[in-house]
Amino acid sequence: MSEDREERPLDREERPPDREEHYLDREEHYLDREEHYLELCENPVQFENASSVNNVFFDEANKQVFAVRSGGATGVVVKGPDDKSSVAFRMDDRGEVKCIKFSIGNKILAVQRTLKSVVLPDKRSLKQLKSQSINVNWYQFCPETAVLLLSTTVQGNVLQPFAFKVRAGSGTMSKMSKFEIELPVVPKPAKLSLSERDIAMATIYGQMFVMYLKHHSRTNSPTAEVVLYHLPREGVCKKTHVLKLNTTGKFALNIVDNLVVVHHQSSQTSLIFDIKLKEPDCAVNTHQPVLPARSIHPYRIPLAGPAVVPSQPPIPCQLYSSSWSVFQPDIIISASEGYLWYLQVKLPPTVNLLQDKGKLMDFLLRRRECKMVILSVCSQSGEKGRLPIVATVFDKLNQVYKEYLEAEQSYTAAVESGPSRGSAAPKRPVRTQAVVDQSDMYTHVLSPFTERKGVSHKFIIAVLMEYIRSLNQFQITVQHFLYELVIKTLVQHGRFYMLHQFLQYHVLSDSKPLACLLLSLESTYAPAHQLSLDMLKRLSTANDEIVEVLLSKQQVLGALRFIRSVGGHDNVSSRKFLDAARQTGDQMLFYTVFRSFQQRNQRLRGSPGFNPGEHCEEHVVHFKQLFGDQALIKPSTV
Amino acid sequence: VLTAARMASGMQEKQYTPSLLNFFVYNPTFGQKEGEEEKKILFYHPSDVEKNEKIRNVGLCEAIVQFTRTFCPTKPAKSLHTQKNRQFFFEPEDNFWIVMVVRNPMIEKPNKDGKPPTVEYQEEEIIDTVYGAVVKQCYSMYKLFNGTFGRQMEAGGVELLIQKLEKFFYRYLQTLHLQSCDLLDVFGGISFFPLDKMTYLKIQSFVNRVEESLSLIKYTAFLYNDQLIWSGLEQDDMRILYKYLTTSLFPRHSEPELAGRDSPLRPEVAGNLLHYGRFLTGPTNLKDPEAKFRFPKIFVSTEDGYEELHLIVYKAMSAAACFMISASVELTRDFCEQLDGLVGPQLTLLASDICEQFTVNRRISGPEKEPQFKFIYFNHMNLAEKSTIHMRKTASVCLTSVHPDLMKILGDINCDFARVDEDEEIIVKAMTDYWVVGKKSDQRELYVILNQKNANLIEVNEEVKRLCATQFNNIFFLD
Repeated sequence: MSEDREERPLDREERPPDREEHYLDREEHYLDREEHYLELCENPVQFENASSVNNVFFDEANKQVFAVRSGGATGVVVKGPDDKSSVAFRMDDRGEVKCIKFSIGNKILAVQRTLKSVVLPDKRSLKQLKSQSINVNWYQFCPETAVLLLSTTVQGNVLQPFAFKVRAGSGTMSKMSKFEIELPVVPKPAKLSLSERDIAMATIYGQMFVMYLKHHSRTNSPTAEVVLYHLPREGVCKKTHVLKLNTTGKFALNIVDNLVVVHHQSSQTSLIFDIKLKEPDCAVNTHQPVLPARSIHPYRIPLAGPAVVPSQPPIPCQLYSSSWSVFQPDIIISASEGYLWYLQVKLPPTVNLLQDKGKLMDFLLRRRECKMVILSVCSQSGEKGRLPIVATVFDKLNQVYKEYLEAEQSYTAAVESGPSRGSAAPKRPVRTQAVVDQSDMYTHVLSPFTERKGVSHKFIIAVLMEYIRSLNQFQITVQHFLYELVIKTLVQHGRFYMLHQFLQYHVLSDSKPLACLLLSLESTYAPAHQLSLDMLKRLSTANDEIVEVLLSKQQVLGALRFIRSVGGHDNVSSRKFLDAARQTGDQMLFYTVFRSFQQRNQRLRGSPGFNPGEHCEEHVVHFKQLFGDQALIKPSTV
Repeated sequence: VLTAARMASGMQEKQYTPSLLNFFVYNPTFGQKEGEEEKKILFYHPSDVEKNEKIRNVGLCEAIVQFTRTFCPTKPAKSLHTQKNRQFFFEPEDNFWIVMVVRNPMIEKPNKDGKPPTVEYQEEEIIDTVYGAVVKQCYSMYKLFNGTFGRQMEAGGVELLIQKLEKFFYRYLQTLHLQSCDLLDVFGGISFFPLDKMTYLKIQSFVNRVEESLSLIKYTAFLYNDQLIWSGLEQDDMRILYKYLTTSLFPRHSEPELAGRDSPLRPEVAGNLLHYGRFLTGPTNLKDPEAKFRFPKIFVSTEDGYEELHLIVYKAMSAAACFMISASVELTRDFCEQLDGLVGPQLTLLASDICEQFTVNRRISGPEKEPQFKFIYFNHMNLAEKSTIHMRKTASVCLTSVHPDLMKILGDINCDFARVDEDEEIIVKAMTDYWVVGKKSDQRELYVILNQKNANLIEVNEEVKRLCATQFNNIFFLD
């Protein structure tokens, strides 16, 4: 495997596939299939494989593969990262093509046939905008960041970066501060010691890095390592991370999902590194692989086209072949087979490979497609985990969840306060998959967990409480459905006293729905009534509900005293109270309530009578029947 | 017991507080044959009473109970008032009776001319509900450590029961302080430690983790400052265990602490963690090669009867955790060391967390919010009890800061409340110019003592409303 960037056709070597070996290989891989955490994408870009008549080129900037047949005379097929960007054309064969590229948007084609000249078939002219005079050993260009890296000095280890800015009509090129790569051995006499192959540029977690593959040397480091130099737009480039490979040999680098992937050819395995994962046992910023080395998931080339015989199985593809070319950030090309793959990280296998669940969560939370895997980790730790682990997992989740909620909150605040001068419009925070909210947890983890057979209810409740503890710790408002789940679980197992204590310490926060839920429990657990009323009282917005509860309990005087104490007496419906008083069958009670409302009417309207809108006629009749006309307060008694 | 001597009209009077005369347990179905009456008696205090007198006293109680049964078969007599004493009858299990005889408080007035002093019994000073509750408590405490009478009968017949009763009550009765029994004994409540949600959740988490790591533990209770924070036991069991912890076990251990005799900070060799954890039951020193790993056993109710448990009480600073483990398991040095190593550091940390939280809250609420009222609050629903009348309990006495006369009024109001279901409010002006207010709202009772000589009824009512608004604003308490 080479990491050649020379502008030359990709490997055209045809190797007789070694069937026997492949077969064994495949068997082995299948045994531990669950452990392959890297895979080639399912829909590779397919092109005509490199051969004596077909030259293949790859343009990193546009991610396009050029298949040039017979120097272009019998056709050039250009395939981009998606099917739509495929282009085919012919051009005259004017000698061997050394390099061929499109400009952005496929507007201009450039062909290089000799060492020092580039042909633009449309006969356009180029203009020199700026020039720099430096002795250069080799160069690299990173299309994502538009940074050009030049190798200078005799040893080649002083790198001079340039930043390009392309705008419509013009562009700028600025010199960034140069930096020196530490070589393992300083050769004497001085000679070119830093190879282009050992340098790659990448963007990791939004930051630009120069990765240096530092081979082992007999004198100091026994194994190879990847050294990361952080290259800021402004300021000095610094050595920031060292990735320990713990082996020697030929390596190639990819960046996938902000992970540094190191392929090791002789062992046919790959390692992944997460520069944000702190290693407690290592010196600062020295990283060990996140997971044990594993090979990329076996890949079989599908047999396409009309020639396909149904019984014929797809051919296994040789991984880590020496004809592979690896490009940044995540591209692997097999020119001899005519495929361009994107490398992908498969998260599910990592769950079993990484025993430290806290570290696993840290790792998963930074991955793109993490949600379902995270939820499955949560379910698993609920199943067989131990509470401290469960707690760690919850805390890590809620940390991310809280950060998102806060970002969302300040965004909303910024939007509401309107655009302020001098500051850019607020940017809505991106909700990544790592944001696992309460309803995710409820639906995928907690609710199924409470229904699982064979788990002690003690443990179920402990897990639920642990989640609530974690939410509280991060000052996240707990949503009602979680409380409901807790209550349901406690009630189901008859743990009423436990529930009572939780409510007593306000662990289940007050809300009207919760109070109503408690009311519904009264028949099975009498104290729920008191708990509910207390809660309604604390809410201070539920006075009507309190009145309803008291009236339903035939505590008419209590209801009346309550509504008076909160100053709502003037606005309550007299009919409701009279209905309730009459229902008790207690005539004196009815008398008291009736008279009390007559007095209210007198005070409010100067007359003791009820308004027609109050619909109290039947109660007036009833009162007269019981106590006679003379018992009514008369208007004249003002 | 001589507790107070006061000068009255030039003569020295001696006042005697109520005291325990007799305490016995009998079963009328035993020894029914003529001449075998003694067999009915399972326990008798004082033990040096002559046999025939014991038989006579038991017989009398039996007769009274039988006689009163004719009037109300389901509710026989609960107490008998006489001039000199008062007897309390309680049948905790079928045919097993506990009787407590309390001598009424009395005043001894010396007479001139060398005549014997005149004794004046204060028959009305004793409240039935208070001492009735004390008898029930005696039984509950016995049951906590021994299980039911019936269980002992099954296990070892009447001989075993007699032995157990003797062993338990011999010591327990010495700790009964009848002179300081009051309304709080009627409630038999639990004082809860006020705590913010987050710290409470941390304690939850701690309890759950310990129970998970040491899976032998079936139940856990957590207390701070002798106040309950968490109980894994059901309410009724916790109620009596709480009583035992706060009136017996903790006071016994707090005294050496207060005296500064043992400073139990122990450097842990292995993890090099300092912690203050120690066992209040079981081994006093784990390092002692002779240490015994025996813990008191308690009985708690289950869905179908009772279960016997080891009671491990482990304390770090003011935080105490009670761990209960099935008695069928033998507890070993290994287990205790494991528990010590796991719980000690965590509990020490939690204790300091709680302490910090507590001081912060104190500072926020401020001293001006401290009630100028003396009150007792009780909630029948969760047994929560709060008193600003009672001082800290010690092993020997429970001190109150108000005059016994006022306590008596509180007891009387409570009796009134017990008679009806309705919410009520009673305001009493005491002889000593104090106002005493009792309020009952749903399952809650509140008793307030106000020292406002010149206040009128309306002002007192307003004052109590104010108290409710500040002290009880987070509960539904009808005005």
